[in-house]
Amino acid sequence: MAKSPEEEHPQKAFGWAAKDSSGLLSPFHFSRRETGDGDVTIKILYCGICHSDLHNVKNEWGFTMYPVVPGHEIVGTVTKTGKNVKKFKVGDRVGVGVLVDSCKRCESCQQDLENYCPQMVLTYNSYSQDGTKTYGGYSDIVVVDEHYVLRFPENLPPDAGAPLLCAGITVYSPMKYYGMTEPGKHLGVAGLGGLGHVAVKIGKAFGLKVTVISTSPKKEDEAINRLGADSFLVSSDPAKMKAAINTLDYIIDTVSAVHPLAPLISLLKLNGKLITLGLPEKPLELPIFPLVLGRKLVGGSDVGGIKETQEMLDFCAEHGIASDIELIKMGDINMAMERLAKSDVKYRFVIDVANSLSQ
Amino acid sequence: MAKSPEIEHPSKAFGWAARDTSGLLSPFNFSRRATGEKDVTFKVLFCGLCHSDLHMVKNEWGSSIYPLIPGHEIVGVVTEVGSKVQKFKVGDKVGVGCMVGACHSCDNCDNNLENYCPKMILTYGAKYYDGTITYGGYSDTMVSDEHFVVRIPDNLPLDASAPLLCAGITVYSPLRFYGLDRPGMHVGVVGLGGLGHVAVKFAKAMGVKVTVISTSPNKKKEALEHLGADSFLVSKDQDQMQAAQGTMDGIIDTVSAQHPLLPLIGLLKTQGKLVMVGAPEKPLELPVFPLLMGRKLLGGSCFGGMKETQEMIDFAAKHNITSDIEVIPIDYVNTAMERLVKADVRYRFVIDIGNTLKSSS
Repeated sequence: MAKSPEEEHPQKAFGWAAKDSSGLLSPFHFSRRETGDGDVTIKILYCGICHSDLHNVKNEWGFTMYPVVPGHEIVGTVTKTGKNVKKFKVGDRVGVGVLVDSCKRCESCQQDLENYCPQMVLTYNSYSQDGTKTYGGYSDIVVVDEHYVLRFPENLPPDAGAPLLCAGITVYSPMKYYGMTEPGKHLGVAGLGGLGHVAVKIGKAFGLKVTVISTSPKKEDEAINRLGADSFLVSSDPAKMKAAINTLDYIIDTVSAVHPLAPLISLLKLNGKLITLGLPEKPLELPIFPLVLGRKLVGGSDVGGIKETQEMLDFCAEHGIASDIELIKMGDINMAMERLAKSDVKYRFVIDVANSLSQ
Repeated sequence: MAKSPEIEHPSKAFGWAARDTSGLLSPFNFSRRATGEKDVTFKVLFCGLCHSDLHMVKNEWGSSIYPLIPGHEIVGVVTEVGSKVQKFKVGDKVGVGCMVGACHSCDNCDNNLENYCPKMILTYGAKYYDGTITYGGYSDTMVSDEHFVVRIPDNLPLDASAPLLCAGITVYSPLRFYGLDRPGMHVGVVGLGGLGHVAVKFAKAMGVKVTVISTSPNKKKEALEHLGADSFLVSKDQDQMQAAQGTMDGIIDTVSAQHPLLPLIGLLKTQGKLVMVGAPEKPLELPVFPLLMGRKLLGGSCFGGMKETQEMIDFAAKHNITSDIEVIPIDYVNTAMERLVKADVRYRFVIDIGNTLKSSS
């Protein structure tokens, strides 16, 4: 008979989990595996709340396995290392992002693209190699194979830097892959939330001109004066959208709800690229004519490999880029999820795990 | 008052035109401009029948101006050249494809991408620089600015090379642009019609492994034995499609009807590319998850610039690539259009203009 979450592993653990599709989280006792030879055990200090966490707790994608402990923007301190661990020692500040394992043998893994490995193991709601379920960072400790642990730069604040582990790499990877790094080119960022605001900062650091595209006119002041965007386009204003036709070299589309692609595609120049990063539950409508007539493309991207995630963290440390956050206590998680559903956060909630997670 | 088509230009011309959205074509007297200093005038010998012609005669895209003479896969022999023409002389075998004008001053034109110029002028149904409407190749003569004329090498048969001027460049350009032309790659071709069959030939000549994806199992033998495809997938056969998941570097999708994208995205390897060259009028459903999970992309492409069109013709000549055609007399054209609606042609109709288009006067 399968063991209960509390008994299946030797190290006691405690966190908050959602038990059903209401998505409400509550205290949850479970356990973590013993620190293996290649493993690192981490005391969790902070964990960012990603919109994926919200999608998952409510089973919006249809594959949640309850109980689910979300959280894949984890920053903490190493407390134990296995005997073969080379990269880390006790006391190191580290991060864990969206994946905690992969096959290590396939073409994707060999190319440092573990995030595209067909056997990739997600930090939560996934099956480990030993057949047990993974639990995420809304918890006190996590045990991870050192390969999938990131060195967290000293000069990055651990709370404001936590969201980089998903939001950061999710925008950084496609910006590199699809060539959005030529200074002077014009990037559009659709959606000014957890992903969008980091995309603006990274885009500016790449030397790009950045336009934020949003349905909310009241985000304009922040976008320009605080985040450094060059301009702001209200997507529900037909006249403004028309005037901006054919002006963007690329668009990072971070919107996670179903939304029309046609207006965004029209903003692109010839050969323009629309990279979609949000994960709506239903398919989007894609008009083909404008793609054909303008040789434009729509591409996807899904976080990044470990090597690139480290590169992104170091890049952000070098350029002083972190997320804009609202720090919350673990007990406020359900309230935060409700506010997140209404996009009422500037721009990421981060749970102060170490100071507020008590049994 | 605007002049009638017959008298608006000095040179008499004759062709077949559609008059209304029934799309039925019938004899039509009109006129062509005098050969300007940069123009090439040629006697039309053959013209391919492109599916776009069918869309346009029936006004399916909503942009048709009647009377409409279609035809943008035009080949023939030069009869006159303007005083400033450098590349062609009388007697040369030439062709004209999808466009006859562009602005020549924008970034796209500067980069040999006249096909993406915002002021690009289509070979038929568009307004030329002088304000008159352009008429296409279902006619006895063509006058075109030399910039938009390509040379047809001697070793290419004129009739079977006509379709290259649209179908050929439409598939050649994205194979190059999206990097699906490297030996050893695996590319799928969706739809085995005018575009699809040429895509198979070009891809094979580039050293690429080709799988044809089609709804029609009865096209399999031809695809493998005659066109040289390496394999054939019946898109409605779930088992076959499942077995081929994650095997293709790219797919050239030539289907212009509504069709599901999800199964095609599934056929792509990680970082694979789905390229649309068929243009369905209504939007298609794009499933986002599979695009993200494999960092895949979906792009479009629209024929090609003049430099690349000539490069494509020369590549075809080098590799002996032509279209598989059914030559028809002009008065069969309405029947041909009906058969084209049912995809009943292997794989392009070509009108024998030189021998069968005769003015009634």
